[in-house]
Amino acid sequence: MTVLRVLLTVAAALVLQTTLARFLVRGTGGVDLVLVAVVYLGLTSGPTAGILSGTIAGLAQDSLGSGIIGVGGLAKTVVGYLAGRIGTTFIVSQTIPRFLVFFGATLLQVGLTSGLYYLLDPQPPVVTGYAVLGESLANALIGVVFFQIVDALPGMIDRRRAMSRGRVSRGRVR
Amino acid sequence: MTNFSGIRGRSGYLFVAVAVGHIILISAQVNTRSGVPVLQAVLFGALAEVQRLTSGVMDAAHRGWEGYVRLGDAQAENERLRQEVADLRVQLQLARAEAGRTARMRELLDLRDRTRLPTRAAEIIGTSATTDFKTVTIDRGTDHGVLTDMAVVSPEGAVGRVVMPTRHAAKVQLLIDRSAAVAVVVERSRAQGVAFGTGDTTLRLEYLPTTADIAEGDVLTTSGIDGIYPPGFVVGRIERIERAGGVFKSIRVAPSVDFGRLEAVLVVVAPKEEASVPTEQAAASGAREGSR
Repeated sequence: MTVLRVLLTVAAALVLQTTLARFLVRGTGGVDLVLVAVVYLGLTSGPTAGILSGTIAGLAQDSLGSGIIGVGGLAKTVVGYLAGRIGTTFIVSQTIPRFLVFFGATLLQVGLTSGLYYLLDPQPPVVTGYAVLGESLANALIGVVFFQIVDALPGMIDRRRAMSRGRVSRGRVR
Repeated sequence: MTNFSGIRGRSGYLFVAVAVGHIILISAQVNTRSGVPVLQAVLFGALAEVQRLTSGVMDAAHRGWEGYVRLGDAQAENERLRQEVADLRVQLQLARAEAGRTARMRELLDLRDRTRLPTRAAEIIGTSATTDFKTVTIDRGTDHGVLTDMAVVSPEGAVGRVVMPTRHAAKVQLLIDRSAAVAVVVERSRAQGVAFGTGDTTLRLEYLPTTADIAEGDVLTTSGIDGIYPPGFVVGRIERIERAGGVFKSIRVAPSVDFGRLEAVLVVVAPKEEASVPTEQAAASGAREGSR
């Protein structure tokens, strides 16, 4: 069940990333919806789900890009694993802790990716601090909002079901 | 709680495994500065270290094997080589002996050419069984024309005479035998006498006139008047002269032939009258005397 959830979530994140993400943030900044999904899965499902989602998502992104396959996979695996460890060790149910986790996860991923490329590639990609900061803020905001939506989603469904049942009852009474 | 720890442990192992997998995947795509893929370089480096370690262990074991376990083989080989060296030394000595024998044979051939007498080459195949008699045995006998009282000579001079021939061998009495005698002449003064064997390594000169002109160092040759030895063969050199009251008390002669080293000789197989014909050696001696 967890594997299916991981696969579906990662697939959805990849689809959104490749179709909609470029419209979300303009300029030098960016957003990584796949990273948000990995951190979310790690926080909610534990280290194993984080590792699995990070590996699959990172390798998929690497395959779709032109870089070294495995760099993004390794970075996202580390991020997913640490997010899972954080989620199982600490209570991360408030907005600010979640924000910090997403923010830190983005910094870690950028740091790992840039470091690996700096070590392995004679011409590593140029990363500016503003871009990293902007991406981290964007990912953190999206992650927090996504968490809020997911947290609110079951209540909304229940309320809608309850409302629809109330209308039916009143009609019968009348 | 235990279940939680188990999950944490499993995820840790999984994380390490996945991370290693990623590193391998990355390394397979990246080249080092020398152009070799990182994975290949790392794997080769690791395997080379393993190989180096293994090789070192194997070399050490091999050296140990060679040095200790196979010491027995080395000892056997050493023994075999020693035996081989000994065999080669024997072969070398045989070759040297053969070369020396060939040289002596050539000298005998030269002697035979110089002497105008019919001779028969013979080899020494034995010596006397006791020290009382100075005799040798040669490998020629009556079947080869060797008869009693035939003279035996060598390139160095007179050797002796045949005293007991058989069909295929003959006993030769050497000049140094205590019952041997040979008529001699002093090469320088032509003084004649008789040289007797003493039983040791020297001769004794006797029957010289008291007025004979002799001196230490004079060479004695066979005179031929004994009817056995052809004239002209060197017998020896006067080594020491002792006088007593104007007469010769003792004249010791050193034989020219080293009897201890005799290996091949010539037997003069000519009849006695032919054996009396002077040889070139005698003619040469005469010529030297005439020139004085």
